[in-house]
Amino acid sequence: MTDEQWQAVFANYSSASFGELLRATSPHLLPALGASSPEDPLVSAAPHGTTVLAVRYRDGVLMAGDRQATEGFQVAHRTIDKIYKADDLSGIGIAGAAGPSMEMARLFQTELEHYEKVEGEGLSLEGKANRLAQMIRMNLPAAMQGLIVIPIFAGFDDKAGVGRIFKYDITGGRYEEAEYFAQGSGGKDARDSLKKRYRKDMNKEEALRATLEALLDAAEEDIGTGGPDLVRGIFPTVKTITRSGFGEVPDDEVRAACEALLAERKGRL
Amino acid sequence: MPLPYYVSPEQMMKDKAEYARKGIARGKSIVALEYLDGVLLVAENPSTLLHKISEIYDRIAFAGVGKYNEFENLRVAGVRHADLKGYSYSRGDVTGKALANAYSQALGNIFTQDIKPFEVEVLVVEVAEANGAKNEIFHILYDGTIEDEHNYAAMGGQADEIRRFLKDNYREGLSLQEALQLGARALMVTQNKALTERDLEVAVLDRAKERRRFRRIPPEALGQLLEGPK
Repeated sequence: MTDEQWQAVFANYSSASFGELLRATSPHLLPALGASSPEDPLVSAAPHGTTVLAVRYRDGVLMAGDRQATEGFQVAHRTIDKIYKADDLSGIGIAGAAGPSMEMARLFQTELEHYEKVEGEGLSLEGKANRLAQMIRMNLPAAMQGLIVIPIFAGFDDKAGVGRIFKYDITGGRYEEAEYFAQGSGGKDARDSLKKRYRKDMNKEEALRATLEALLDAAEEDIGTGGPDLVRGIFPTVKTITRSGFGEVPDDEVRAACEALLAERKGRL
Repeated sequence: MPLPYYVSPEQMMKDKAEYARKGIARGKSIVALEYLDGVLLVAENPSTLLHKISEIYDRIAFAGVGKYNEFENLRVAGVRHADLKGYSYSRGDVTGKALANAYSQALGNIFTQDIKPFEVEVLVVEVAEANGAKNEIFHILYDGTIEDEHNYAAMGGQADEIRRFLKDNYREGLSLQEALQLGARALMVTQNKALTERDLEVAVLDRAKERRRFRRIPPEALGQLLEGPK
């Protein structure tokens, strides 16, 4: 064996990365988009418009998102899920162009699972957040053409014993938020709402309430965000990430909380 | 330039097979047992860090005996194969059969073309989706020979004795605890000392789990299962 050959084993530190594997063996499977201009009707027709958010509470992090995908001035889909399980201790909320966003979420899930299996232990939360930042940076050329992907990443840091939230910009900049964050076309409205309602150390019920209020406020102000649909029985997706893993707040619980909130608003207006 | 010595192909294959078999016989053994809710894998392995049993995909596990660096290479290749396939098609399209075939091809090529064959045997185990459907256990040898086994499988240093023991003692419909105790006894067949939870590496493909069915059984739980009523 020559020196280069055995040294390559050490240099090849990215061998636990699924993304690097794709690049090396099947580059055609990497989410990459051909050149087009922002005025391209295809780009503006890609579904986007969203509110996804993450809130820290006593046991970890709560993540939630509305269910509507928008295509221009049309509703593209009413029951889309925007919060994905990334692995047992983290989740990703997608905002931006729907196709590339979902593809990135799927690649990210595979990336984390692949690393865990090859290395025998999972990445740290910090490591996961950085990896996602690199993937967003990879998408920058497409983002410049209008196909923006800016997810929220949140998870439970089992070393520190707390929930943590990360937000991103389109260049892959990664910023940690200490309390809450909301992203998407209704993100600002949701953030304004959470600013008034967020308290430290909320329990799960309080956090759920603040979250649903924020989504309701966003749906009222932003046309790209869907509100609770009482006719069809469509309510926001709500997930919890705690020490014991990634969990779902059951639909019935979300429905009851939504209906209570709406009744309260009706009395007030 | 000196002429290379002539060695007949038969002799060369025989020598390689003997070399590989000797290497494998030096190592410790692994058994796989079907039980009520899935498939159990038990390895004699005093190390808690260097695994012989690992997860490949949702319903697929891998076990290797022989030279660590060689079966570790095969394991990582298997994870890559499975993840790549699951990503480009869907999770349901990743099968144990395709993976076992890939291992068989790889080991067969290495055996015939390389000077030194791999001194390994591997098991690819796929747990059935539902009760009643068949689990799959593929056993691949150092020369690429592939066999599908039913109910139980054994490989490693004392595989023949262990297989004979399991043939006499295995019955269908074992509980996890019964299967584990049988597996541990099978590994003790050729040695005098008793194996405790510290000498064993145990994992299951548990049909009752969601999506990723692979689960390691930690030493504390293992001790309780081994000690419990027979």
